[in-house]
Parts: sequence; structure tokens; C-alpha cells
Amino acid sequence: MTINILHLYPKEMNLYGDHGNILALKRRCEWRGIKTKIIHHEPGDDIPDDIDIIFGGGGQDSGQSKIEKDLQKIAPQLKDYVEHGTPALVICGLYQLFGNYFETSEGQRIEGSHILDIKTIGGPTRLIGNITINTPEFGEVVGYENHSGLTHLGEDIQSFGTVISGSGNNGEDMTEGVKYKNCIGTYLHGPILPKNPRVTDFLILKALENKTGKTQKLQPLNDRIEQRAHKVATTRPR
Amino acid sequence: MEKISIFLGKSVQKITRLRGNGGSALPGLVIERTNPNFVKNVLSKLPYGVAVVSGTNGKTTTTKIVTELLEKQGLKVFTNKSGSNFVRGVISAILKNIKLNGKFDYDIAVLELDEAHAVKFCEVVPINYALLLNVQRDQLDRFGEIDHTADLLQKVATAAKKEVVLNREDPRISKIKAEHPVYFGLSETMLKKFPSDDNLIEKSEVKVSTKPAKVTLEKLHEKSATYKIDGQNYNTNLTLKGIYNAYNAAGALALCKTILKDAEPKLLTDNLAEVESAFGRGEVFNINDAEVEILLVKNPSAFQLSIASFADDEHDYMIAINDNIADGRDISWLWNVDFSKLKNVKMISGVRASDMALRLKYDNIHVAKIEENLEVAVDKFTKSNKKPKRVFATYTAMLEIRKIISGKSIL
Repeated sequence: MTINILHLYPKEMNLYGDHGNILALKRRCEWRGIKTKIIHHEPGDDIPDDIDIIFGGGGQDSGQSKIEKDLQKIAPQLKDYVEHGTPALVICGLYQLFGNYFETSEGQRIEGSHILDIKTIGGPTRLIGNITINTPEFGEVVGYENHSGLTHLGEDIQSFGTVISGSGNNGEDMTEGVKYKNCIGTYLHGPILPKNPRVTDFLILKALENKTGKTQKLQPLNDRIEQRAHKVATTRPR
Repeated sequence: MEKISIFLGKSVQKITRLRGNGGSALPGLVIERTNPNFVKNVLSKLPYGVAVVSGTNGKTTTTKIVTELLEKQGLKVFTNKSGSNFVRGVISAILKNIKLNGKFDYDIAVLELDEAHAVKFCEVVPINYALLLNVQRDQLDRFGEIDHTADLLQKVATAAKKEVVLNREDPRISKIKAEHPVYFGLSETMLKKFPSDDNLIEKSEVKVSTKPAKVTLEKLHEKSATYKIDGQNYNTNLTLKGIYNAYNAAGALALCKTILKDAEPKLLTDNLAEVESAFGRGEVFNINDAEVEILLVKNPSAFQLSIASFADDEHDYMIAINDNIADGRDISWLWNVDFSKLKNVKMISGVRASDMALRLKYDNIHVAKIEENLEVAVDKFTKSNKKPKRVFATYTAMLEIRKIISGKSIL
């Protein structure tokens, strides 16, 4: 069996080692004997109809403006995947653009893809530093945030977790990210997956279950180094 | 006014030194408050003015090369030592070297300034020349984003009254506009060995620039290089370590040839042969009968190039990763480096040792040992066998290791 991973805009949305997330998915599949195929999506490409996991990272401003139009075009297909329970992970820039809109601090409004019921407003300062959150499904999750957009959740959407230390969605309501069906949106770089293998395994498990149509169990891996790196991250200053 | 400031500054310097606080920023602070034009007044009297070296990688060694080459040409060069590359640091360096009567006996100032400080510096002090090396993903938590860094360097280029020396192979530097641009770069063969930051991440092809370069690095061997200066090739030996230093030396040569238009290229390249890398960059120590070489790595492209230059079968390797402010708190850049060529990794250390080990695990590289405590790690690593050894270290890890090793080293 091969898991098809769609990597959205690897050229334009590539900040902060986000590509490490793809590597984490790939290796944790390989180590269990599951094959993976990484499909790079660049502006103009078509979205295949056999995607098992969707991933998108953060980017600098110049990268975001280059993908804006293409994202509008593929948004209905991505939304369809997410609504049908395809596991997805979107970080920072693409987390914001998976929402309803992004309004810059100058008042310019960038239309989002309306997959997640969130809106983001450009803030006066950058929220930068190590962050630890508590999530109902995966326990403690660690990462590094660096964003100026302040994200607010719609009424019926759950956050990914609650901030233990750091800023999170907006620095005010203690929420971090969103979890909608099997789609996780978050500000956590780091990259997030290697140090939080439970999140990685969740994405893989859901992909397997969708593919086979039945409940699956993942073969456990030795995560000693992952756990140590996770623990050290929680002790570091902001 | 200057004489009062000099007296005041020197006095504060003396007092702070007596109190055992040698590297204090206080003298600089006092002068900044009492005489904001001090640096401008002192440096603008220099016959050749000020040359600023900036960019994310290789500033310290490049500044050292420019300084030494100009000195060999007979100029008296004022320069700032690494670690003091901001306005207050420059003030302290001036205070140490200026006479009480205001005599500041130099021909030119060659200053290493990091991107943000370079802009602030240029707002206060007029500069003649700038050498802009590269914009790479480095400690993003300091300035936010890579495009912002390029904007900062554009401001430095705009401030320069004479020539601005630019790296034509760096996509963000070659875009910088200057009234009198001078380019340095690589031959087509060399270009393939230096993937840019974007090439590394996008895994894209390197493209040859069409901009005419004053100096290019044509060929590079273990301990020698060929530079093309104004269309003619010059061979030289190199003491400098690492291919990126040989690359930046092309920028240094271009700047020297720009400042001293009549300088003999052959003499410049001959003199380059004697220049050594800066402190903590490729220093070799002898400890427990084994050679230990320390290599500073502070961002993905530097690390990638270091692996390209220094990964082989003959050495044992240690990697030390810290995440202190000077290293950058964010260590996610480790995931933008491809480690697959690295073998014989015997020790991983530093505050973020486990992150480094994790990174290698996901490149399927076996790590012999993880020891977060640097002192214990260095001890075990150097005692393990007599093989020559190399240590890749982030900035503060490098300083710590240097201290540990020089304490033990038989010099």
C-alpha cells in the first residue's frame, strides 16, 4: 500500500524547516513498511483524486502572494477532501489561508479558502518564540511560533489545543490552532511533527483507515529520542 | 567636543576594566548619550572613509581578509573585532585606538556589521563602500523574515557613496540596486558546488548569472584556488578553510581592488594565501594526541557547505547544537540541511543535542552517543581514539568547546 502525501507549494511556503514534517511522515511510514509518495503541488498543477494526507507550511510574504490565486482555484477540491475526513496539517501561512480571510494591518483583505471557519487579522507585533500547548487528543505538543497574524476561531470550530506557554492563535484567548474533522491547523513550526510523533501517527493512522475502510492499529516505534527532544523543548526559554 | 568625549570614554573604559568588566558596553553608551556624532566625526576624517561588510554568512572571516589585504598594500586599517559589530562596539574599538589629543591614525575603517545594525550605523555614519555577501536563512527569530533582511541590505547599498560590491550568485543580493555596483561570483563549474539557500529548499537548478563580475572563484582544490580578476586568472595557495571562505574571498578581493584600483592582482592573491580563518572558524587543536578541528555552523547553507567541504571517511565527527540567543532560539533550520553524506558521527552534544539526534535519525544516520553536557561530550569524544576529529558547532557551543579544549590543549 502507498500513502499519497500532497505537499502544497513546497517552493513558496518553505520557511522554518517545515519540510521536516514531510520527512517525519515519510520515515514513520517507511519504518512500518508502508510506502509513501510525495506529490508536490505548485501553482498551475492539478489536484490528483487519490490524496491520502494534505500538508502545507508557512512562507514569507512574497511567497504568500504568489500562491494566493492558485489556492482560490483548488480550494473547493481541498475542502472536499477535508470534509470527507482526509487527514491534513496546515501551518502558519497556509493555516491562515485555509481560513475565511486574512486582513493585513493596512486593511487589505486576502480571501482565504473557507475550509476552516477562522479569520486572521494582521497584528502590530510578531509573536515569536518557543511554545508549548496542551491538546485533548495528543497531550502536550511543542513547537516554535513566529507570526504577526492574530487568528480568531468561529463559533463551532474547536481549537487544536490550549496554550501552556507562548502566544498561540492571538495571544489573548489561550487557544492554539484548530482541529476540524481530521484537519489540524496550527502556528507551530519546529517542525511540529518530528518532536510530536503522536500527531504524525494520527495523520498516518487516519490515512490508513480511510484507505482500507476499517479500524487500524499502527505498529509502535521506539520514540526515545523524540520524547527527549520534546521534553527539552518544553524547558527552553521563550 | 571630541577631546572631552575621548577623555570621558577612555575613563569609563578604564573604570569598567578595573572592575573586571572588560567587554562592557558602558563606554559606548556614555559616548552615544553625550556626543551622538562621535563615530561620524572620527570616521569621516579617514582618507578612504568607511567600508562595511555585511550579509548573513562569513562576515568575520571576510572582514579579516579585506583588512589584511589592505594592510599588505600599506594602508593603516581600523577594524572591529567580531562580537562587537554594532555602533556601541565600534565606539569602544575607537576609544581603545584613539589618542587623547584626538589623533586617529588610520587610512580606512573596515567594519563588520550585521544586517540590522548596519542600517542603524549607516543612518549615523556616512560610508563609502559596502561588501554584501549573502542573505541566508539565519536566526529568523531576530529579524522575522528573509525578505526583510534583503531590504535592510538594500538600505546599506543606498547609503554607500562609492562602490557597492555584490554577490551576483545570491538571488537576493544580486537584485540589490546600487549607483556603482561591482560584482563578484563563481565560475559555472564552481556554481554547482554552492547551492543557494533557495536551491537547497526547492531542490532547484542553480542558474548562471549574466552580470559581469570583477572577481570570480574559478577553481578550488584542497589547499589552493584560482581567481579570475578583471578577466585574468591567478592561482594561489589558501590557508583559509572551507569552500565558502574561498568564495567570500572573491568578494574581499573585489572590494580591495575597488578601493585600491591600482593594486596588483597577483600581489593580492599572493597575500590572500597567508590569511587564516577567523577565530573559531576551522581552528585546529591538538588534544589527547588527536587533531580536533572546530567548524562554526549557524544556518542551513553554512552547515550544508561545511558538510560538502569537510565530510569524509578519515575523520570522526561531533555535532554541538545550542539554542541560546546568539545561536538563535529557533533550531528548526536543522531540518533544511541534508545530512545524508555525513558518516562516523560519534557524538552529539549541546542543549539541543536531542533535536540534532532526532534530525539525523530521520536521515537514517546512526549516532553513536548523545551527551548534552559539552564538557563530558568533548572529553569522551577526544579520548575515544587517535583519529583526526571534526566538531560542527553553533556559535555559543563553539565558544564553550573552545574554552574546554584550550584548557586541555598542549599549545
